[in-house]
Amino acid sequence: MLERIGVGSMDDLYADVPADFIYKGEYDLPSAMSEQQVRDFFESLASKNTRLKVFVGQGAYDHYVPSVIPYITSRSEFLTAYTPYQCEISQGTLRYIFEWQSMICRLTGLDCANASMYDGPTAAAEAMRMCVASAKRRNSVLVSARLLPNVIETIQTYAKYAGINVVVSDTVFEDAAEGVLDLAGVIVPSINRFGVIENHLGLADLVHEMGALLVEYCDPSALAVVKSPAEWGADIAVGDGQSLGIPLCFGGPYVGFMACTAALMRKLPGRIVGETTDASGKRCYVLTLQAREQHIRREKATSNICSNESLMALWCTVYLSLMGPEGMRRVNALCYEGAHYLHDALLATGKFQRVFDADFLKEFCLKPLCPVHKLQKALLDAGFFAALQTEEGYVTFCVTEKHTREEMDRIVEIVKSI
Amino acid sequence: MKYYDKLIFELSKPGRIGFSLPRPADRQQLPFGNTATLGTLRGGTASEAQRWGPKDVSEGQAAAGSKVCSKVWREAPLDLPEVSEVDVVRHYTNLSQMNFGVDTGFYPLGSCTMKYNPKINEEIAGIPGFAGLHPLQPNETVKGAFEVLVGMDKALAAITGMKHFTFLPCAGAHGELTGLMLMREYHMSRGDTARTKVIVPDSAHGTNPASAAVCGLDIVVVKSKEDGLVDVEALKGLLGPDIAGIMLTNPNTLGLFERDIKQIAELVHGCGGLLYYDGANMNPLLGMVRPGDMGFDIMHLNLHKTFSTPHGGGGPGAGPVGVSDKVLPFLHIPRVSGFHGNFGIILRAYAYILMLGREHIKLAGKFATLSANYIKESLKDCYKLPIPSVCKHEFVFDGLLDDNGVTTLDVAKRLLDYGFHAPTIYFPLLFHQAIMIEPTETESLETLDAFIAVMRKIAEEAKTDPELLHGAPHNTPIGRPDETTAARQPVLKYE
Repeated sequence: MLERIGVGSMDDLYADVPADFIYKGEYDLPSAMSEQQVRDFFESLASKNTRLKVFVGQGAYDHYVPSVIPYITSRSEFLTAYTPYQCEISQGTLRYIFEWQSMICRLTGLDCANASMYDGPTAAAEAMRMCVASAKRRNSVLVSARLLPNVIETIQTYAKYAGINVVVSDTVFEDAAEGVLDLAGVIVPSINRFGVIENHLGLADLVHEMGALLVEYCDPSALAVVKSPAEWGADIAVGDGQSLGIPLCFGGPYVGFMACTAALMRKLPGRIVGETTDASGKRCYVLTLQAREQHIRREKATSNICSNESLMALWCTVYLSLMGPEGMRRVNALCYEGAHYLHDALLATGKFQRVFDADFLKEFCLKPLCPVHKLQKALLDAGFFAALQTEEGYVTFCVTEKHTREEMDRIVEIVKSI
Repeated sequence: MKYYDKLIFELSKPGRIGFSLPRPADRQQLPFGNTATLGTLRGGTASEAQRWGPKDVSEGQAAAGSKVCSKVWREAPLDLPEVSEVDVVRHYTNLSQMNFGVDTGFYPLGSCTMKYNPKINEEIAGIPGFAGLHPLQPNETVKGAFEVLVGMDKALAAITGMKHFTFLPCAGAHGELTGLMLMREYHMSRGDTARTKVIVPDSAHGTNPASAAVCGLDIVVVKSKEDGLVDVEALKGLLGPDIAGIMLTNPNTLGLFERDIKQIAELVHGCGGLLYYDGANMNPLLGMVRPGDMGFDIMHLNLHKTFSTPHGGGGPGAGPVGVSDKVLPFLHIPRVSGFHGNFGIILRAYAYILMLGREHIKLAGKFATLSANYIKESLKDCYKLPIPSVCKHEFVFDGLLDDNGVTTLDVAKRLLDYGFHAPTIYFPLLFHQAIMIEPTETESLETLDAFIAVMRKIAEEAKTDPELLHGAPHNTPIGRPDETTAARQPVLKYE
């Protein structure tokens, strides 16, 4: 090989690199491990973690993962492919993205969706950018203080450098009407960080009257039973697909989703798959509307996003296929029943006060009347991750279809003993 | 590959289910989704109707005084496919068979580093002690996960010569954006607010200018010289008190090492700017050259390129960002994603590094460079090689030498017929017929030779039967699509 290249040694291939930049030292890395050693190494690290029964949500939900999904997503034809640039040998990827887009449209009720975003918080930040890009000379976005803290922080981070004015508000209706001068968008949670399903009746009209766009941040699993962004009149829907059966995995990889009305289609960031035909008339799928994207438009692109979370979009697509409309309703029914059972049982202990008298689904918060650290410690000692404290001092709980009545009764017993 | 023409929606039969869940206790108590069919469905485990006990539920609700109001519940029907488990498995298996991955065959996609993805890494990421961790669990319950992050930070610092990394960015472009935020933090901390421009070479990845724009920076393009390297004289004219820094890919997208990097670093630092290293092309430097030693202040790595994690059809990847001492105080500031970044990807990449170890890491980049140069030299009598010098991990042809009307697109499509993935085409923008080839270090000589033979055969076909190439591919599940109609009359969802 060297002969064909016409060099004498491998090092000659680096002759154009200034000699002082060639690293001559020993790399400060462990000695090469065998497969067995790597396995043992990671098993031993994993054993330093504590596996807990997770009764906390706050953006990451411990839903059951149907066994089919990892088998499908680990098929190497999906797993080891790149972005589907060569559509003739990427119809598998392109079709599942098209299905994902279709399912996101059905969940949100909106007209079009993209191939995916990194996660929910970054999708929210991109939605903020879309609002400002769609508005003329308007630069402020009103953000509900009841969004999850990591969503607000990510929005603020993107806004800071882009020079967008973010107003975090606990009184979105009032502020949308009069509080902000150059309003480009309003971002509200469909279910807020206290678990309350928010009532946004009239909000879209208000926001539209001000010439701004309404963004709903949603839990896609819950969208099977709570009002969809389209029903509230929203222009853009974003959120994290994690609740559609993606393992917790210490926070990632998850997948963000984004959907919007037809009017905003060409403002969407990221990849979009569309249907067309080949020369012989066969139905096929391609990356389309690429004139929005960074590899064509460079600094004028709608976003810088390139790689997204394609395989996790497949994960959610398979999940939604398995669940169907009835499975989605059933998951939510189980969550609802479990959460309300625990909620009522915890209140009955007398150790908590109710904070909100409002509808909730799987997540709720209470005001503790006992020392929170003692409560958390006792729960942790019994193997439960529960009662995560909010900045207001409330504690949150989340119940999914994975949890049993026995586990909840145990939690209640522990609470009683505090 | 066999054409399979179904969408999951088209397999739907009312009442068919693919899930296995317990039955809810008492539908009457639920404020949403009462359907007549539920009781008759198969698939629930043996009656769980008493699981919560209806008595408790009703008493509980009375105690809670909860008012079931319909205002917040969905009224629109949810039209998802109704399919069985085996329907789902067959459908997606059939879809997968229309896909080409690294495991299928050679994937010389330039700037994408499609190296083999070791299988052990997938198993490591699936260990329940990691996969089951909630991101907000108390620190004392996730010590092992933090050890992974600390160990990976140390390993990446050793490999790159940077001080520390943040793992929040989920992809390369996300890393670029994060790195530019850090660049701005550095200048803002010094009250140096006039630095609003970032220099980007004309050969740069499209994400560079796009990331700069998202970060609120203006872009100044520096031209490349005839030899494909940054024009240092032109660069001098761009430097000034308004320059925040420069984004460089080294080697650049032509696969050429920017040999003037020392001078570039001195110039940019001299004007008060910082150097950003786009790690998309880090692979040939793996085990050879450290960006930190070249004077870079901020960089990202694509774990899904250099560190062997699978691309997943377009993610999830991970784009950790490393910084020098100078930028370290700001590393914690940008909160660019929800939790701890793509932890599952970090696990895979860490496993890869540990298996390479300090002994083998020095071979990875070298072999990638060897493979690229071997292909380049083996084909330069058939394909136009605009820049003949020694390349690193990738290089660029500018179409066929004797094209006979055959375009780069034709060549790319014909390659699919022969069972290879196509190279990156029409990028970089410096050449009209660019074919950008990156073989990586994980391909055998036999594979490289087979690819070379096919590329030569295509060059012959171009002379003798150009129509065959204009019509390619012929052996794939579909032929060339009508992309114009797709963009003009977009159909973006199933109806």
